Amino acid sequence: MLKVLLSRLGQAALVMLVVSAVSFVMFRYVGDPVATMSRENASVEEKAELRRSLGLDQPLVVQYGRFLGRTLRGDLGISYRNQRPVTELIAERLPATLELVIVATILSLALGIPLGVLCALKPNGIAARLVQALSLIGISTPTFVTGIVLILVFAVSLGWLPSFGRGQVVDLGWWSTGFLTISGLKSLLLPGITLALYQLTLIMRLVRAEMIDVLSSDYIRFAKARGLPTRYIHFRLALRNALMPVITVTGLQIGSLIAFAIVTETVFQWPGMGLLFIQAVSFVDIPVMAAYLLFVGLLFVLINTVVDILYAVVDPRLRARSA
Amino acid sequence: MNVQSTPVLAIDSLRVEYPLANGSVFTAVENASLIIRPGEIHALVGESGAGKTTIGNTVMGLLEKPGRIAAGSIHIDGKRFDPARGSAEGIVLGRDVGAVFQDPMTSLNPLFTIESQLTEAMRFHLRLDKAAARARALELLESVGIPEPKRRLKAYPHQLSGGQRQRVVIAAALSCNPKLVVADEPTTALDVSVQAQILKLLRDLADGRGIGILLVTHNMGVVAQIADRVTIMHRGKVVETGTTEEVLRRPKASYAKALIGAVPRIDQRLDRFPVLGDEGKGRAERARAELRAKAERSNVAAEEAPILSVENLCVDYTTSGWLPGSKGHRFRAVDGVSFSVRSGEVFGLVGESGCGKTTIANVVSGLVRPTAGRVLYRGQSIAGGGASRRVGPLRQAIQMIFQDPYSSLNSRMRIGSILSEPILFYRLASTRAEAENDVARLIEAVGLEAEAAERFPHAFSGGQRQRLSIARALGARPKLIVCDEPTSSLDVSVQAQILNLLKDLRDATGLTLLLISHDLAVVRQMCDRVAVMRQGQLLEQADSETLFDAPQHAYTKELLSLVPTLDRIRGETKAA
Repeated sequence: MLKVLLSRLGQAALVMLVVSAVSFVMFRYVGDPVATMSRENASVEEKAELRRSLGLDQPLVVQYGRFLGRTLRGDLGISYRNQRPVTELIAERLPATLELVIVATILSLALGIPLGVLCALKPNGIAARLVQALSLIGISTPTFVTGIVLILVFAVSLGWLPSFGRGQVVDLGWWSTGFLTISGLKSLLLPGITLALYQLTLIMRLVRAEMIDVLSSDYIRFAKARGLPTRYIHFRLALRNALMPVITVTGLQIGSLIAFAIVTETVFQWPGMGLLFIQAVSFVDIPVMAAYLLFVGLLFVLINTVVDILYAVVDPRLRARSA
Repeated sequence: MNVQSTPVLAIDSLRVEYPLANGSVFTAVENASLIIRPGEIHALVGESGAGKTTIGNTVMGLLEKPGRIAAGSIHIDGKRFDPARGSAEGIVLGRDVGAVFQDPMTSLNPLFTIESQLTEAMRFHLRLDKAAARARALELLESVGIPEPKRRLKAYPHQLSGGQRQRVVIAAALSCNPKLVVADEPTTALDVSVQAQILKLLRDLADGRGIGILLVTHNMGVVAQIADRVTIMHRGKVVETGTTEEVLRRPKASYAKALIGAVPRIDQRLDRFPVLGDEGKGRAERARAELRAKAERSNVAAEEAPILSVENLCVDYTTSGWLPGSKGHRFRAVDGVSFSVRSGEVFGLVGESGCGKTTIANVVSGLVRPTAGRVLYRGQSIAGGGASRRVGPLRQAIQMIFQDPYSSLNSRMRIGSILSEPILFYRLASTRAEAENDVARLIEAVGLEAEAAERFPHAFSGGQRQRLSIARALGARPKLIVCDEPTSSLDVSVQAQILNLLKDLRDATGLTLLLISHDLAVVRQMCDRVAVMRQGQLLEQADSETLFDAPQHAYTKELLSLVPTLDRIRGETKAA
């Protein structure tokens, strides 16, 4: 187990090194930040001075080395646009995105699993057919369309929920949360649903397929032959087997939820990391973009590692194999 | 046996039907009757599709929709089975009727402990609390002969061997004191020695606890060994029923005679297996002659013996340890095995599961690298010390036939593409048309119609698929075919056909076969020479007649004595 863990961490470090190199090199060629930052009528000397103060006059390798060294110390540079430390910016935006992702994940699991089970147990029932048909829509509609439609219905026509922003937030130390106020919770609802929809259909379909598989397995037949109650067989025995792959997929999807929150955050003007990134892109704010990429990469790697470990905890067969 | 007591199971003129999509009805079981009294083991025998499992499932109330009982009645312990409820009044499935399934590897849930799976039925049916159920589970495990039952309770299924798992399954079936146990092929997936133990256990349960057992099986040897009565089924109908001795010694129905005749005999070698029904012979023979002609044209290498020699072969499997760089647990699967196979012979490798015979097959086929030792093909090293990477002709010369015909053919490819793959890969045909022609010959050579090329694997039965696997192996024009348990997932009569086919092909094309099997009777019928393996070591090798008539090693003797055969029939006066 320890060996597996260590090799995982080694791989993670390697992946992060590659991600950092890619993010650094890629954004080196996105555009010239000096041109965007300086006044239109700035003199050549002024521009050169700015370039030097940003460290952009050094060779590429030196710049990367410095970038890496600073990154390891937790210093991700100064945003060209806001002239504030990037770490600070991200820390400020992180809670918004994470809360959104948490809500979306909980929504997709809380609805996706029961719906998937329903579709597997009564595959020909009206409810199951309806859910199946709707899930097709859910899986094929782009996030921004869902978001706009939801805003149109619930914010513009009905006026029940706010269409943008986080509402009132409460600061708990450096973490600002929307979970503690009514307006904060209301604001979470629409973007949360928007972000969760694709997830939800994915999990539903996965649970359905797995459950159907498991229900036709020998050990479930054997459970039936022992006369165990149907509910017990379905929900205590079969569901546990069916949820195995859901762990992996949910883990992977949390990563992509964070990454793809960009679209949802833009639609709902959600002050999270996605919005920060989009603003950075339009302003060629290289340190912010690089930091965002690094951060998302780090999250993916971390989550994957956690999923691997979790898998071993749930499945006794894997525990034995790695021990 | 008390003849007056209420039968635990009485089936009277049962008919089970499956309505089909086109409105017609498929009758899976027709007019079947049988009676099981307490303490009696009643064997239900037949080939796949005979309806024997359908009867078992119906009795357990596990008949899959849209199957239904169309006529007749079932009484369990004197109480009438109600098709609408799926059980009889006052009879609880799992409490009064226990079930034992075929494959102990899959009938236990991998995510739950043995304790949880053993005790749950008791807690629901007998209302026992956790501690009482646990105590009883311990007793049960002891009574089915599991060592260290306390430790086993906490174990997960994958930590037990196949035989132990089947014991756990039997313990679970017994947990609520059933009157009737339905055992569907309970030993088919097990080794002979484990099979012998499980059969003895079942017999003891019937004798000691007076449980009636419905034993669904296709193995005549098993029937002979433990059943009191036998019912033979064919295509949903009962063709013969009676005491084991009557039915096996003096079968009346022609199907029963043929089925009993198809059982491979371990006591003497026959030229061919008696088979049920004949194949399109002439066409197959012509196709084989053509294959032979082609094989000879491409065969330029001089014949020299031996074709294959395995020298001091060792294979280790290692698991990784806790710390990086640490070696972890090492398991020696094959330990210093040497043997050689002469050109044109059938060489058998026998042993129980885990003895390393499949590992050897994989090394010979190039799927596993040896840890030490080497394998020579016509004097050229193909695995281990000094082996170069296997290139075209060497790969082509050695082909393999796998055990499971369902998973060894790609279900998304047409038979034509599957069979032409080796032909095109080894450039054995210059044009696509010629390849197609070759494929047609191959299909005919294994006794099927050339039109099969157009279809997908799912359109074929297990036996037909195995024929196609053989055709695929032949497509590469090999010199040696490694057959890993080629018939162990097939019915007896189909097994007889496949084995005859392999024999015929060997005679027709001069192939050499390395046959790996756990079925000693099959080995006796097929092989010229045999090697016996146990725990990675080769214990004995000899001409197959010598080995079977005068085994030298104690283990070989034991194995031979454990095989259930038709010579020792229960209830018969013990003459031999």
